[in-house]
Amino acid sequence: MSDIVLKAEKLTKHYGGVHALEGADFEIRKGECVAIMGDNGAGKSTFVRQITAVERRTSGKVWFDGNYVDFQDPLEAREAGIETVFQNLALADHLNVPDNLFLGRELIKFKLGPFSILDYKAMREATLEGLKKTGVKIPNISNSIQNMSGGQRQCVAIARTATFKSKLIIMDEPTAALGVQETAQVENIVRTLKEHSEPVILISHNMRQVMDLCDRIVVFRRGRIVANLNKTETDGQDVVAYITGAKTQPQFEVEAAA
Amino acid sequence: MLRGGLAVAARGETYLSVLVEVTSMAATTHGIGGLTFDPKKRELPPELGVALALVLIVVVFEVLGRLLMGDSFLFNTREGASGFLNTARLEIIILQVSIIGIIAIGVTQVIITGGIDLSSGSIVGATAMIAMSFAQAGDIYGNPNTRAVFIDAGLVDLPLIVPLIVGAVCGIVAGGINGLLIAYTKIPPFIATLGMMVTARGVAKWWTRGQPVSFPTESYAAIGLGLMPVFIFAVIAIIFALALKYTIYGKHTYAIGSNEAAARMSGIKVARHKVLVYTIAGLLAAVAAIVLSAKNLTAQAGMGMMYELDAIAMAVIGGVSLSGGRGSILGTVLGALIFGVIISGFTFLRLDAYYQEMVKGAIIVGAVVLDQWRQRYGASKA
Ligand SMILES: Nc1ncnc2c1ncn2[C@@H]1O[C@H](COP(=O)(O)OP(=O)(O)OP(=O)(O)O)[C@@H](O)[C@H]1O
Ligand SMILES: [Mg+2]
Repeated sequence: MSDIVLKAEKLTKHYGGVHALEGADFEIRKGECVAIMGDNGAGKSTFVRQITAVERRTSGKVWFDGNYVDFQDPLEAREAGIETVFQNLALADHLNVPDNLFLGRELIKFKLGPFSILDYKAMREATLEGLKKTGVKIPNISNSIQNMSGGQRQCVAIARTATFKSKLIIMDEPTAALGVQETAQVENIVRTLKEHSEPVILISHNMRQVMDLCDRIVVFRRGRIVANLNKTETDGQDVVAYITGAKTQPQFEVEAAA
Repeated sequence: MLRGGLAVAARGETYLSVLVEVTSMAATTHGIGGLTFDPKKRELPPELGVALALVLIVVVFEVLGRLLMGDSFLFNTREGASGFLNTARLEIIILQVSIIGIIAIGVTQVIITGGIDLSSGSIVGATAMIAMSFAQAGDIYGNPNTRAVFIDAGLVDLPLIVPLIVGAVCGIVAGGINGLLIAYTKIPPFIATLGMMVTARGVAKWWTRGQPVSFPTESYAAIGLGLMPVFIFAVIAIIFALALKYTIYGKHTYAIGSNEAAARMSGIKVARHKVLVYTIAGLLAAVAAIVLSAKNLTAQAGMGMMYELDAIAMAVIGGVSLSGGRGSILGTVLGALIFGVIISGFTFLRLDAYYQEMVKGAIIVGAVVLDQWRQRYGASKA
């Protein structure tokens, strides 16, 4: 199964007594766009944090790009090729757009350990390039992002994932705070990524968006996966039934009851 | 800066004007969501405000001097003295702040990461004692220096490099312990460095059981001679101004202070970086200790007492935000100069030292209040 990009097996995360994620089995293939849906607190972001090594998983296994992986920190996950837009935007307010785009993986002119010299010009150019590629328009990229609107900041975060060569893109509610125009823009970015057959995991509460963009829908409920639906075999009402708990797919039944 | 329809609405203008603005902006091409912007308008460097404050304070002392003392603060009024400016006073001001200024350079970086370092004054004390004891001369005016700490072991008249390395190690160890505690035990920097403040002061007293360490070698004394401290301060300021602006080290320092979670999620090794920043702060405190003890030709266990607060004050006056993410070395250098001008100005006006301390406290609080305002009303008004 060489076209499986990411596979998680029995992925589990407990915060003390809170079982935020319980035995999640998940996989995504090349060129696929998989939506993750579920109510607030269902464990969607927790799932993302375990995959990207922002937190250490309680148990479970993850394979990425054909190899078993146990990332020690987020940088390893990024370097392996997982780009993520986190729900609580991972941006530094006092830095400008290029600084934020290249945060943690700055381009350097001159290698000198921690005192390596930054290549501001190259980062600026790559930023303009990346913004152009994603169709994001930011007035003045040299201003710090603290005074930008929520939508603009979101666009910066999304442009960041699209600027780097990656093997998997994860977006955790990328359009939650956006207006109509910006949402359309983000959706266009996702479409562009799909055209380049980049696999995308999209977490969203927006049914129309999910139906428009994704091929498959995985539903989380109370820390467990309760459904894995092909878009062609389901509809909005059906998905809602899984989200609310009215239905559970038979193959997930036992675990959900436990 | 950016001025969107929403911002206009928030300012309480009429619904109609908002509508007009939104529709008219929808036609512009240069901003998402119809935001307009003025490309020429860039954020002003916050150091500009600090520089203006410096000028203002000098002017105030000049005016007060003319009115109250009939003398000039800045210019040469004495008969026969050459030069236009009162260079003697300017030299004293710069010399006075340069040693604490060296500490402030390190403290600035710590504060930018969102931390604080209360231990620098005590590190100065401990380092001065320990380094100086390896820098003592074997004889004084032909008599053996019997009170040298290591005279029995024959460790006198050592080459300069020995006390320098010993001093550097002291600073690196103390700063490193601060950093390790803060990065890996997650105790607040305030507590960790408070512990180091008490411990290092203890070390300073224990080292010679309270006896001062005096009579350094000539080469050691040369470090504190004349304007040498100013020169060292300037070199260190330039090095770290460049490092903060042009290296990964600087970028990560700001990123951690601005949003630590974001820095971590972006893959920055936050713990390791914090250890580095606190270690550098410790090292710079040690440099200050060496310069200070060389200048005074003696080291005492109480040396550097309260320097940490002066250093923090210099940084805060210079626009370094105590909540992290903002500030610069240039700002701190200007802050140090403001600090020096105020002290010197008080002496010039022949005000008692008591008043100096009271006002110093007020200035520190004032600078923090100013910082809060700056946060609230955004960088656009800075
Ligand atoms: N650090 C933590 N400590 C304790 N509990 C946590 C922690 N992080 C998350 N949780 C809990 O885990 C559960 C799952 O949270 P998670 O953020 O994954 O939800 P979500 O599905 O992303 O919801 P939303 O749609 O609101 O973003 C919640 O009950 C939350 O309170
Ligand atoms: Mg979430």
